[in-house]
Amino acid sequence: MRRTTHVLVTAVLALMVLLLPATAASATEEPSPAPATPSASTPAPVDTPPPGAYVGVTLVDSSTEPPTPVPGVTLTVTSADGDEVGEGVTNDDGRAFVSIPERGEYTVELDETTLPDDVEFDGTTTRTVNALLEGGNFVQFQIGVAAVESVPFAEKFMTALVGGIKFGLIIGLAALGLSLIFGTTKLTNFSHGELITFGAIATYVMNRAFGLPVILAVVAAVVVSAAFGWLQDKFLWKPLRNKGIGIIAMMIVSIGFGIFLRSIFQFGFGGSRRSLSQYVTQKREDYGFFSIADKEAAIIIVAIVVLTITCIGLMKTRLGKAMRAVSDNPALSASSGLRVDGVIRSVWILGTALTGLSGALLAINSQVNFQMGFKLLLLVFAAVTLGGLGTIWGALLGSMIIGILYEVGPLFGIPSSIKEVGALVVLILILLVRPQGILGRPERIG
Amino acid sequence: MDYGTILSSALASALGPTAIVYALAAIGLNIHFGYTGLLNFGQAGFMAVGAFGLSVSVVTYDLPFVVGILVALLATVVLAIILGVPTLRLRADYLAIATIATAEILRLIFGAVETKDVFGGSNGLSGFAQSFNDLNPYGGGLDIGIISYRRDDLWTLTVGWALVALACLLIWLLMRSPWGRVLRSIREDEDAVRSLGKNVFAYKMQALVLGGVFGGLGGIVLALSQNNIKGSDFSTNVTFYAYTALLIGGAARVLGPVIGAMIFWFLMTGIGSFFSQATSGADPLIPNDIMTDTQASLVRLVLVGLGLMLLMIYRPQGIFGDRKELAIDAR
Repeated sequence: MRRTTHVLVTAVLALMVLLLPATAASATEEPSPAPATPSASTPAPVDTPPPGAYVGVTLVDSSTEPPTPVPGVTLTVTSADGDEVGEGVTNDDGRAFVSIPERGEYTVELDETTLPDDVEFDGTTTRTVNALLEGGNFVQFQIGVAAVESVPFAEKFMTALVGGIKFGLIIGLAALGLSLIFGTTKLTNFSHGELITFGAIATYVMNRAFGLPVILAVVAAVVVSAAFGWLQDKFLWKPLRNKGIGIIAMMIVSIGFGIFLRSIFQFGFGGSRRSLSQYVTQKREDYGFFSIADKEAAIIIVAIVVLTITCIGLMKTRLGKAMRAVSDNPALSASSGLRVDGVIRSVWILGTALTGLSGALLAINSQVNFQMGFKLLLLVFAAVTLGGLGTIWGALLGSMIIGILYEVGPLFGIPSSIKEVGALVVLILILLVRPQGILGRPERIG
Repeated sequence: MDYGTILSSALASALGPTAIVYALAAIGLNIHFGYTGLLNFGQAGFMAVGAFGLSVSVVTYDLPFVVGILVALLATVVLAIILGVPTLRLRADYLAIATIATAEILRLIFGAVETKDVFGGSNGLSGFAQSFNDLNPYGGGLDIGIISYRRDDLWTLTVGWALVALACLLIWLLMRSPWGRVLRSIREDEDAVRSLGKNVFAYKMQALVLGGVFGGLGGIVLALSQNNIKGSDFSTNVTFYAYTALLIGGAARVLGPVIGAMIFWFLMTGIGSFFSQATSGADPLIPNDIMTDTQASLVRLVLVGLGLMLLMIYRPQGIFGDRKELAIDAR
């Protein structure tokens, strides 16, 4: 950090990013009209943190003893894309809060002209904040002496835990899709991440281009995803099965398909992150130990309901039984009179629909980007492998473990900018000690 | 439309440093996948370890260049062994997932803010190629009309292609030796080889180490040709492109990966250059309503994906491969 020699006063900026991807649900919320333009109106000092996700700054003049707060200073927060997210003015305690829509990189700029005249500042007016943690993510921004402001560990832990459960459920939908497809076709689908992205982009298109409300857009996106699964099986995977192509060759085909889809998404959607029209920033409701936004609660409930229905369906219905029969022994099922191809077709439809829903929920939770699914692919693999490839309950268990590990890990020393690493290390360790996964059957895997 | 520029840029790329990097990486993958049947999806990790082994030794720890090269090669061997012990006993798809995950872990660690002091963070490390460039015997660059290279590139090219040639010679000799025949029989039927009393695990490990070292050499050439290296240079796409190059040329053929890498980069650069010209200028061939120049740069990636799929479906043996020899399938 550069510091001029004659600094009379050192300003201490403690930047606190509480990323509560937030905002409000149904009743109280106001649909924000455009993406990434939350309250940037007239900046006035506020004394309490805003309900949603925010960047918090504390400005103190540490040349005095004890340090005195610096009020009335304007701070501007800009997103990584260069969009201004909002402005804040420090209050009498020297604190300012600016709501942010989503986790990501933000730049905080201090307006030097608004500093009191008797305060000398060294000229470093901007600071980059990488807001990655969903919860009490604490970033320090100091010029001189550090002012430490921290959230109690228990609260941080609870918030991270709830975030982890939500993330685990979202991954779980995709993992269940992957696991179903793997179970019946033995294909390790490297284009599965693109199916997540497909669901998210479908939601975005339905919402923004066709003007559907977000909830209807999600339903529509799931239907479109199911149709996409049907198309994929009809025109790509079934012909390949009939051609008798080996599963390694199919795996490489899926890599090619993944690159193809990802480039098409980028071609059509561009490289930026975009938000849906509703529920972009939402208030967090405080429930004692943790606080959660209504949209997050809705995501958790939707995911739990869908997963429960799917799992009961797979256990009770004839189709579920047929799926398990095919995944056990396709040849025997065929000779017992099952339409194996029909079952596999249904699995593709169901699997892609579940994965599409996962993408749609992710789009509501944060934003839409052309490679959001690809970034999750390895975490989904990790979840499925951890629980046991091809097993339904294993996929869910694995997803919950990976999701919680992903969000809670940074509290226990995993650098938060690379928090995927913890989950991936678990993936490798599980292959070392129990390659069939927690719930997998100890069949021959070597 | 200036077809001369398109052709010369495509040719320069097919013979340039990038093609060498991918040729070396694909030679490594050829040993893994083509000859032994190991599905290594983490070649980018081996390349990263090679590149960072060199640059960290030279830049961060101030060691001599030669030591840096040795550290780089040693690091790839160590990575292969660490990776091989748990995964080589597993089925092909598990190996694929484990290797791709390892490569991602390495990429994230090399690019992380927290390890900036050692690996340089998102800016990476630079300024380690000086001793290499000091050895440059050439007085100037090369310009033979259609293609031209700068002086430093010319030196990298000489060393790089010499490495590729040596690698091919080594592969040719190895694969006609008894050792190479065991590798190929492991690919065809692992259990049969085991029943003949061979230690399949040891052979697979040797193949993984050898192929990994070639990947590491690819990373070193990449580092030297850019004189800068960062974690994000080693995304999973690097591995997938190397696979595409290998499959174009033909797996389990000595020259397959080399020719494949040259064709791959000829097409990548040629197509990229074609579409960038077609969409730029005052009166573009393709109107901006249909395709902007940002989108134009993506067409080649769409084609890579499509090409990889079609190649695998209709001609898995590539240009030179023998379909009978290479019945790609899982065990």
